[in-house]
Amino acid sequence: MDLRKLKKLIDLVEESGISELELTEGEEKVRISRALMPNQAPVQYTTAPYMSAQQTAPVAQTTPLPVAATPVVAEIEGQIVKSPMVGTFYRSSSPDSKPFVDVGTKVAIGDTLCIIEAMKLLNEIESDVAGVVKKILLENGQPVEYGEPLFIIE
Amino acid sequence: MFEKILIANRGEIALRVQRACRELGIKTVAVHSVADKEAKYVKLADESVCIGPASSSLSYLNIPAVISAAEVTDAQAIHPGYGFLSENADFAERVEQSGFVFIGPRAETIRLMGDKVSAKNAMKAAGVPCVPGSEGALPDDPIEIIKTAKKVGYPVIIKAAGGGGGRGMRVVHTEAALINAVNMTKAEAQAAFGNPMVYMEKFLENPRHIEIQILADQHGNAVFLGDRDCSMQRRHQKIIEEAPSPLLSARIRDKIGERCAEACRKIKYRGAGTFEFLYENGEFYFIEMNTRLQVEHTVTEMITGIDLVQQQIFVAAGEKLKFRQKDIVLRGHAIECRINAEDPYSFVPSPGKLTTFHMPGGPGVRIDTHVYSGYTVPPHYDSMICKLITHGATREQAIARMRIALSEMLVDGIKTNIPLHADLMADAAFHLGGTSIHYLEQKLGISHK
Repeated sequence: MDLRKLKKLIDLVEESGISELELTEGEEKVRISRALMPNQAPVQYTTAPYMSAQQTAPVAQTTPLPVAATPVVAEIEGQIVKSPMVGTFYRSSSPDSKPFVDVGTKVAIGDTLCIIEAMKLLNEIESDVAGVVKKILLENGQPVEYGEPLFIIE
Repeated sequence: MFEKILIANRGEIALRVQRACRELGIKTVAVHSVADKEAKYVKLADESVCIGPASSSLSYLNIPAVISAAEVTDAQAIHPGYGFLSENADFAERVEQSGFVFIGPRAETIRLMGDKVSAKNAMKAAGVPCVPGSEGALPDDPIEIIKTAKKVGYPVIIKAAGGGGGRGMRVVHTEAALINAVNMTKAEAQAAFGNPMVYMEKFLENPRHIEIQILADQHGNAVFLGDRDCSMQRRHQKIIEEAPSPLLSARIRDKIGERCAEACRKIKYRGAGTFEFLYENGEFYFIEMNTRLQVEHTVTEMITGIDLVQQQIFVAAGEKLKFRQKDIVLRGHAIECRINAEDPYSFVPSPGKLTTFHMPGGPGVRIDTHVYSGYTVPPHYDSMICKLITHGATREQAIARMRIALSEMLVDGIKTNIPLHADLMADAAFHLGGTSIHYLEQKLGISHK
């Protein structure tokens, strides 16, 4: 499945408040779950009108959306580092070098997190927060746009 | 033919270019600022790339961001629209150096026509009549400046060589005010365009603004597609445009049109362009050339039946023009009203959410707009939100259709200049045709700057 499409589905889950999304397209299937914040009652997502539409829709999705939230993925908490420019995302300064950071790396303000290449120029992207890298949101070599989330640092 | 074109612009023109591409089966990439994320054409594009924050200089004027977006999407050509980077020779050059096709003229042509002094010299050499004035840039010596003005004859207008589009100009009526005016214009020019060079022209008292649309391919062919009258202006900004110019004989039009086409062949022009003239007492005076598509290209499309954006794409792809001069026939009359998000009489901008936006329709009515009910007009960009265009078999019919279309428009949530347009469609002098570029300001009681 196209990584950009996957990213859009992740954004959709985050923005809409859906707790779990399962999508089947032909042979490909993806399930995206989101943990609830503690002390919050599980979201009762009413799918009644959607479900009936599901029944009559052409068979692309074989499994209906689960209603209850099941915490599967670890909590995503922390500061999001966003891309300040358009270009291609690279995790290391060259194909043979080690990545600048990995999940778990401790970073200080000003530490290089990654490279974004634009017009044959490599730009080092520095962290504007101090903490531990919790999540790396893009794959090596992926295109990024302005404002796109790159890392989550706690 | 291109498979993918990146549209380096926003608003109604981004949608216009997108439509032309879609019709030709060309994929589109919409670049946008954070403020334009919800734009209609962004949602309709095959791909979209956010290139920066709301500020134009960091987004739509950000050359590396635009070219980078073309790189990551593997676009083949970039259409710059109008405004923004469309007449930036550096941009055109860098686009081509980066391996993309710039849909427009060559960088050196843009540079030549961007400097208003060199443009005039090139036109004089090509036999195009120009406004009399200082032959080139004004010298620094005040005595020489005063001598030049005496020769040209008051009133004169001081213009910035790096300006254009109505910016960087000052009228001088008396010798006493001359040197001050020159110094102020130079300072403003340095600040606005990074170039303090100014030149002087005779200020025409009651001219009309008449322009010629041309199209040239990369095989030496050039044609003119009729003319447009854009005299209805306020502070040098066009409000209403029409094609063809009223009260102008076909013979006179064809003569000046052919001069422009010949000038294009001489300078090896590539793509669409417009020669702007002041027309007074039966004489044409060249003022500047716009090396890009114009806002009012629409009225020319209505009377010629030719899709100018598609023609730009064909030319950029290396194709020969499929028609000759004799194949271009002008039919009927077209008028365009620029609908701006502003107070109709104070002209204070009026951005905000469009709670209602209902457009007119019917025969001979065309609407070019990117806005829709529920859309929020951002405050960061220019105020034009819609172009309302009508076409009729006669000028009277075009005016009648415009009057009716304006009355059908419903816009709530922001103010627009629709009442001003309705006023003008009922104006007696406008009905007669041929009003000068000062008419609107005189009518509104604004003193000329």
